[in-house]
Amino acid sequence: MDIVVSGLSKSFGTNLVLDGFNAVFPEREITCLMGPSGCGKTTLLNILMGFIKPDSGSIQGVPALKSAVFQEDRLCETFNAVSNVKLVLNSKSDSGIIVEHLNQIGLKGSLDKPVNELSGGMRRRVAIVRAILAKSDILFLDEPFKGLDDDTKKDVMNYLLDNLKGRTVVMVTHNMDEVKSLNAGLIQMEGKSK
Amino acid sequence: MNDNNAKKIRMEKTAAVVFALIVWQAGAMLLDNSMLLVSPLTVIKRLFTLFFESDFLSSVSFSFIRIVSGFLLALAAGSLFAIIAGRVHIVEVMLWPFMTAIKTVPVASFIILCLIWLSSSNLSIFIGFIMVLPIVYTNMLQGIKSTDVKLLEMANLFNVSWYKRLKYIYLPQLKPYIISAGSVSIGLAWKAGTAAEVIGIPEGSIGEKLYEAKVYFSSADLLAWTLVIIFASIAFEKLFLNFLKKFFRRLERS
Repeated sequence: MDIVVSGLSKSFGTNLVLDGFNAVFPEREITCLMGPSGCGKTTLLNILMGFIKPDSGSIQGVPALKSAVFQEDRLCETFNAVSNVKLVLNSKSDSGIIVEHLNQIGLKGSLDKPVNELSGGMRRRVAIVRAILAKSDILFLDEPFKGLDDDTKKDVMNYLLDNLKGRTVVMVTHNMDEVKSLNAGLIQMEGKSK
Repeated sequence: MNDNNAKKIRMEKTAAVVFALIVWQAGAMLLDNSMLLVSPLTVIKRLFTLFFESDFLSSVSFSFIRIVSGFLLALAAGSLFAIIAGRVHIVEVMLWPFMTAIKTVPVASFIILCLIWLSSSNLSIFIGFIMVLPIVYTNMLQGIKSTDVKLLEMANLFNVSWYKRLKYIYLPQLKPYIISAGSVSIGLAWKAGTAAEVIGIPEGSIGEKLYEAKVYFSSADLLAWTLVIIFASIAFEKLFLNFLKKFFRRLERS
């Protein structure tokens, strides 16, 4: 089922961020949101994730099982990468699969360290694996490549291409190359998005 | 902190203790009256003879079990109240007058009041409990309130179970608050629990020994038993904090 957003408005105090925003996010496709800072991309994502309520408008078709890479990594700092992924999986899940995914994304050798000892780029990749492995019907990715160098970005892009096939994804990005690489649909947002 | 710094601090503290003992010894020699001020050497001698008295271990274990029980009960109850108050605001409001009253009412008033309701042998459990409860409650509530909202949002989005939230989010964030509550309140539990025993005079307790020392004007006994209380309190504090450190290390590695 496609996600249909109609007439969505949201303001924080006197700052109107979304003004009657309309969009359709097709099922099992990747849709990217682009636009200048402050145009309401993250606010829209937060509304879709259910963290904040819109002032008006309607949203239909958002699945119950959600997964996300947040703008901040939101990891449990004193736990290692495997534990951070385990957190969102059911208790019977196989640690081997988690390790396989973390190795695939270039974290081999850093799996035993608490995530607060990892670099920003490594932490970002832990957050990405967590979002990919969590059982979900929709993924929200808020600037997933933030803080990654070019080589790592290439590896992560390949990893995402392998793991996002046939999944409904809403991704915030500032980079047109990312949209093209992911063969994603694009929704361009302006200030006070309509 | 590097090893040299730690060594320096240890040396400074040892020197300060030696200096305090010298001042104490000099004061005792100047006064030359063991009832007014007994010398540290006499106290240490008395302490060694105490170890070999038949009822030493039973007195220490009598008080230890009761005071530690009071502390552990307060730790459990304070944590439980804080969890409920952290989730239900009205509970926090309703608990506020009780916690404030406990914090401000003098411990002697509680002891005398409780002597009417409780047997003197169990008084130190209740007094230890009542003195520690608001400290644990306040610390834990503060910890719960300062839990990272963004992590809780993440847990909600991923439908993380209550057990995993406790293990991965709440306990690690509460760690400094639990440690702080423990280190502040263990000493207080011993002070209040012993005071309750001195007033209630339960048979076979350290409090009874302190009371007898007062009756017989035996400063050496009084200070030797005081040292026993200090050692017991420090030993339990170290044991408890080590247990917490190991518990959290295990939790983070699991």
